[in-house]
Amino acid sequence: MTRQMTGAEMVVQALQDQGVEHIFGYPGGAVLPIYDALFHQDKVRHVLVRHEQGAVHAAEGYARSSGKVGCVLVTSGPGATNAVTGLTDALLDSIPLVCITGQVPTHLIGSDAFQECDTVGITRHCTKHNYLVKRIEDLPRILHEAFYVASNGRPGPVVIDIPKDVQFAKGQYARPMSNQHKTYRPQIKGDAGKIKAAIDLMATAKRPVFYTGGGVINSGPQASELLRELVALTGFPITSTLMGLGAYPAAGPQWLGMLGMHGTYEANLAMHDCDVMICIGARFDDRITGRLDAFSPKSKKIHVDIDPSSINKNVHVDIGIVGDCGHVLEDMVRLWRAQSPQVDKPALAEWWNRIDGWRARNCLAFRKDANVIKPQYAIQRLYELTKDRDVYITTEVGQHQMWAAQYFHFQEPNRWMTSGGLGTMGYGLPAAVGAQLAHPGSLVIDIAGEASVLMNMQEMSTALQHRLPIKVFILNNEYMGMVRQWQELLHGGRYSESYSAALPDFVKLAEAYGGHGIRCSDPADLDRAILEMIDTPKPVIFDCLVAKEENCFPMIPSGKAHNEMILPDFEGKTGDIIDARGRELV
Amino acid sequence: MKSHYSDAPKAQPILRHTLSVLVDNEPGVLARVVGLFSGRGYNIESLTVSETEHEQHVSRITIVTAGTDQVIEQIRHQLERLVPVHRVTDLTVQGESIERELALVKVAGKGEARVEALRLASAFGARTLDATVTSFVFELTGSSEEIERFLRLMGEVGLVEVSRTGIAAMARGAETI
Repeated sequence: MTRQMTGAEMVVQALQDQGVEHIFGYPGGAVLPIYDALFHQDKVRHVLVRHEQGAVHAAEGYARSSGKVGCVLVTSGPGATNAVTGLTDALLDSIPLVCITGQVPTHLIGSDAFQECDTVGITRHCTKHNYLVKRIEDLPRILHEAFYVASNGRPGPVVIDIPKDVQFAKGQYARPMSNQHKTYRPQIKGDAGKIKAAIDLMATAKRPVFYTGGGVINSGPQASELLRELVALTGFPITSTLMGLGAYPAAGPQWLGMLGMHGTYEANLAMHDCDVMICIGARFDDRITGRLDAFSPKSKKIHVDIDPSSINKNVHVDIGIVGDCGHVLEDMVRLWRAQSPQVDKPALAEWWNRIDGWRARNCLAFRKDANVIKPQYAIQRLYELTKDRDVYITTEVGQHQMWAAQYFHFQEPNRWMTSGGLGTMGYGLPAAVGAQLAHPGSLVIDIAGEASVLMNMQEMSTALQHRLPIKVFILNNEYMGMVRQWQELLHGGRYSESYSAALPDFVKLAEAYGGHGIRCSDPADLDRAILEMIDTPKPVIFDCLVAKEENCFPMIPSGKAHNEMILPDFEGKTGDIIDARGRELV
Repeated sequence: MKSHYSDAPKAQPILRHTLSVLVDNEPGVLARVVGLFSGRGYNIESLTVSETEHEQHVSRITIVTAGTDQVIEQIRHQLERLVPVHRVTDLTVQGESIERELALVKVAGKGEARVEALRLASAFGARTLDATVTSFVFELTGSSEEIERFLRLMGEVGLVEVSRTGIAAMARGAETI
């Protein structure tokens, strides 16, 4: 059934037809007609943020914690440019978003009109796809197509730029029978021959390892179930990237912990020494591989990815399977069951022996201190006191993020929201707003650093306005900790501009926003303070004063391979670890 | 190089490839394709684009680029990843293909040079599109090498301006892309 309506009404109708319940945004001149259309209905709830970057990160947190497409509505010019960091973040981490931007009327485009910018030009490289809608006839199709493009294939952000005259124009709206793009058809099913070859290779493995990533999470909860099944069936060890945490439970017996620059000793050595690597939904990022010419030199590699361009991009693989992780895992499980291959049991037992030896190294051990809260201890306690609850964790970017990944253990997918690819400081607080909105009754905690959190602190107002009781747990070491750590390791301990000078009083700041503030500096008081945070039914900022110059270990230093990592009990001079070539790198 | 980043590719042979890219002819599609090349550090030696199927609004872009096998594979996959791109064919690996380019060449002068320009143009099978008492405009269609050769000769006899279309290419035989 087609109906006559304005472009602005079509936007809201299409959102309703797509089942959108929440949209994060900020009004302005070029989107006023859409805001007026929102005013006349109550199906789509608008969440007013305090900065457009916050809107996009909130939509990311919403999308990643719920599996739905996140929606954003911002105005032209500065509204759109402020959204760019969030869009880039979503592109790098493959988060499905639809971002609607207002634009000046079509006859003014290109005239440097007030609040005009070339939104499609600026966002072309930080979106999966974008549209400038010049004719009302195209609007219904584009609105629905955007959701299809954002969520099919490798997910990503899509921008729809709508000039104000198109929002006012009247046209026929009909919900398309299918919102598919006319030609965009990502490959979902993996090639059967290659899957068979992968299973055959796995069956002969003596030192196998699963290396999984965010693609398993993006594929949906079913993919995580199938991954668990395959890991159990094969008996192989499994590690995961930062983005993939939770797909396999950290409590699982075959779990090695996270791999990569700040990954565990056992995970990185297993990657280095394995003979068959099964990479599922990860992309051989430079934080994972370390020195590329020394990356897992003895292994045959299987790579499952929905994005053909990820295969053979950084690392040559022996079997590249293009397809959705869930579908390929389903085929792999079925084939493994059907073939029930005779694995090399003695070799696998020997491999597990070696892994247990590495595990015994206890690479995440740290020295406790009776007087100062160690940041690792803070995360450990936070985990212990929340693990039996329905908890969602977001983070900012830096040392606290790595400590959270190391010491907070995830048993389920979609519980962990962090900025992996882009490394966006300021991600966590707005992402917590989004996650809390998607899960109103759950405990949502932003594990933060005192520097990162100030980048989007204004979103505390959003949390208060919408009664979202997020908890901001700040590991406050008065430094941009990861910057300081690198300056210690690479630049002779000259802490150029990395000290967090003139910090606000976070307790008073929380109260100023209308939330609750807690400060804790005594390890003996930490549990009580954390429980107070959990039991407070409104937004909380927890200022956890931690050891100031703690380094985040284990670490693979620049210029080194997986088997050359620094462990926490390293006693040498940190300034000597990295050679001159390594210093040039990040 | 010791690095957390990928090593610079070892000295693998860099080869020239011709890619045919079928795309939806929609606003911005060329910017997407060209931006992908600049954004990811690939180079474009030649680029030709025009709508080839009007009813479907499909354009054919012919790109000549150069890179190692791995880079060319990446370029192909990155292009295929763009939403309005239907199909990318590497004509260079697919088999024999034909490549042609069109050039408009203006020469100016008088006397013997002018006569020689006309003689050479005729030897190359170039058409004369415009003539005045002091100038010619020739049209030459051929391989890039042939056009280069023609331009070198014209340089001796009063070449003043050149406009080239870039390469259009197609596989030989009955197969289509």
